[in-house]
Amino acid sequence: MTTRTYATRASSYLHRSPRVRLAGLLSVPMVWLLLAYLGSLAVMFAAAFWTTDSFTGVLIHSFTWDNFHTLVDQPVYRRVALRTLGIAVAVTVIDAIIALPMAFYMAKVASPRWRRLLVASILTPLWASYLVKAYAWRAMLANGGVLDWALKPIGLHGPGFGLVAVTMTLAYLWLPFMILPVYAGFERLPDSLLEASADLGAPAGRTFRSVALPAVFPALVAGSIFTFSLTLGDYITVKIVGGKTQMFANVIYDSIGVAANLPFAAAAATVPVLLIVVYLTIVRRTGALENL
Amino acid sequence: MRAQRSTVYRATAVLGVLAVALAGCGSSSSSKSAAGTSSGGTSGGAAKVPKVAMLDKVGAGEGALNIIVWAGYAEDGSNDKTVDWVHPFQTSTGCKVNVKVGNTSDEMVTLMKTGQYDGVSASGDATLRLIYGGDVAPVNTSLVPNYTTIADFLKVKAWNSVNGQMYGIPHGWGANVLTWRPDKVTPAPDSWSVVFDANSPYKGKVTAYDSPIYIADAALYLKATKPDLKITNPYELDATQFKAATDLLTTQKGIIGEYWSDYTKAVSALESGNTVVGTEWQVNDNLVNAGTKAKVESTVPKEGSTGWSDTWMVAAKAKHPNCMYEWMNWITSPTVNDQVAEWFGEAPAQTKACDVAKDKTFCTTYHALDPAYAAKISYWTTPVKACGDSRGNTCMDYAAWTTAWTTIKG
Repeated sequence: MTTRTYATRASSYLHRSPRVRLAGLLSVPMVWLLLAYLGSLAVMFAAAFWTTDSFTGVLIHSFTWDNFHTLVDQPVYRRVALRTLGIAVAVTVIDAIIALPMAFYMAKVASPRWRRLLVASILTPLWASYLVKAYAWRAMLANGGVLDWALKPIGLHGPGFGLVAVTMTLAYLWLPFMILPVYAGFERLPDSLLEASADLGAPAGRTFRSVALPAVFPALVAGSIFTFSLTLGDYITVKIVGGKTQMFANVIYDSIGVAANLPFAAAAATVPVLLIVVYLTIVRRTGALENL
Repeated sequence: MRAQRSTVYRATAVLGVLAVALAGCGSSSSSKSAAGTSSGGTSGGAAKVPKVAMLDKVGAGEGALNIIVWAGYAEDGSNDKTVDWVHPFQTSTGCKVNVKVGNTSDEMVTLMKTGQYDGVSASGDATLRLIYGGDVAPVNTSLVPNYTTIADFLKVKAWNSVNGQMYGIPHGWGANVLTWRPDKVTPAPDSWSVVFDANSPYKGKVTAYDSPIYIADAALYLKATKPDLKITNPYELDATQFKAATDLLTTQKGIIGEYWSDYTKAVSALESGNTVVGTEWQVNDNLVNAGTKAKVESTVPKEGSTGWSDTWMVAAKAKHPNCMYEWMNWITSPTVNDQVAEWFGEAPAQTKACDVAKDKTFCTTYHALDPAYAAKISYWTTPVKACGDSRGNTCMDYAAWTTAWTTIKG
């Protein structure tokens, strides 16, 4: 009986004090957010100002800008950062170009039965492991692989391993992340708007430009955030199909895995963070984030 | 929307303050940690080796053993039921083995620094860092009976000893061989020039090993082809020699098709013909030749080769030193050393392993008993500032090598 009364007393106390109730409800997620999530980010940025003993790899905890100087002074890091940015933009544009007609067809043209099938077929690649898909592309892009075989009749051959291969593979890997938001965007667009545009005499192209595209733009932006940021952080695909090229995440990875230089890796990690922040700022300017 | 935005700004501000505060905290403790590491020193080889006590007799096992190993060095039958030398060890010594696989030499060094392990199978590019970092203890070889029959050309070498004192027990070794597809590459090359010459006919189909330590391969080639540089040891390069080696690699990038670090990738590239010539491990070639897709041939070219030689080392603060000594003796016993070497694809350090080898051609394939072959190999060694000769502390250390490697890949 006593437990019951304790429970009753506790619950009536909570009932009377909404602030305690709120604190109890939010404290765990807040601790998680502040300590585990923001805290680890803060530790990372703090570590960027330290350095290591170059021989034994022991951390030296004294404040220095050296890592950032190296990042700025060495042209190689700028080159790799620009290449990575280029790949991220290319992947985003390719995915957008493929996703727009695909999502439009799924949302507006296909019968409900076909629509379900198409959505399922876009989702199925997500069930397979990232590595399996990347290695599948390695096999396809390899010498005498599927691409070489398919292009042979028209006198061409596949791109081989390198930048093009990386862009293709990443565009394939992140395509569902672009199609799904755009598809949802088209679904929300009422058919009547398209009909009204047609009734007023607009040709298909004009309807697309002036009615459909503005309506799905926020969805396109949402998708682009995925494709852009996922590409910026990728270092495995380039290891598998990149041949001799490297991306910025490889620089970070090698700083830890090869050089055992955690502080420099932390400093390098601020570069993609900065790129994403710039990208999000540009995106916010367009007002797309408010309409998501 | 405004309220949300200000929350975001506030969170960012908090994050910034937190970061600065943390960096500040760090600087207050800097004096202590800097003093602690001064013995390791940035000057590398010129630094003193920290004094660490050596075991003088092997007592009863402690019942457990925590080791860091290369994949394939401590098999317990989970990959292949017939490949198991961990369970028999546990039965005979009572030491329960906990295995941690290290993926790179650098990862092994980092793991050893945690002090949670009793030993490690370290390659030559990790050993000196461990010795000078005070992370490993000298090894009393008289307590490891099987040490006596280890190949003589592996004893007391630059990568496993300091001032004549062994810091570990040699385990096995191999060369990075020049490999080619005989159906695509004719005539058969006998020089590394085929992978370094900017006008190589195999442009775009050449492979190289994706690691800073590969700079030594270029240095080894220059040692033979550019005597003016006076390179004596490909791991002891002063600024001029180092620049020549990295320049050569930058030129080489033009003819490279792919850099490899994962051996399965190297195997598939050879099979598909994306790679027709380049540096490989013997085990890669064996895997290709075991399949049906392609055949490859390999050699140690006239300039010699780089290679690895692995050493079992005991942690300075090992909690189970007796079990570690038992393990070092176990892993270098003829039968077990043969099992490991055959499974991994390298030459066993134990000369008697060849007598018990299941595959009779095995020791010939890997040149296990061939000191002349072994002498053509420049084993991976950690590059340090001290050149080891009259040049003093003017050589490029491993940190410089890693930075250079990133720049070469561009």
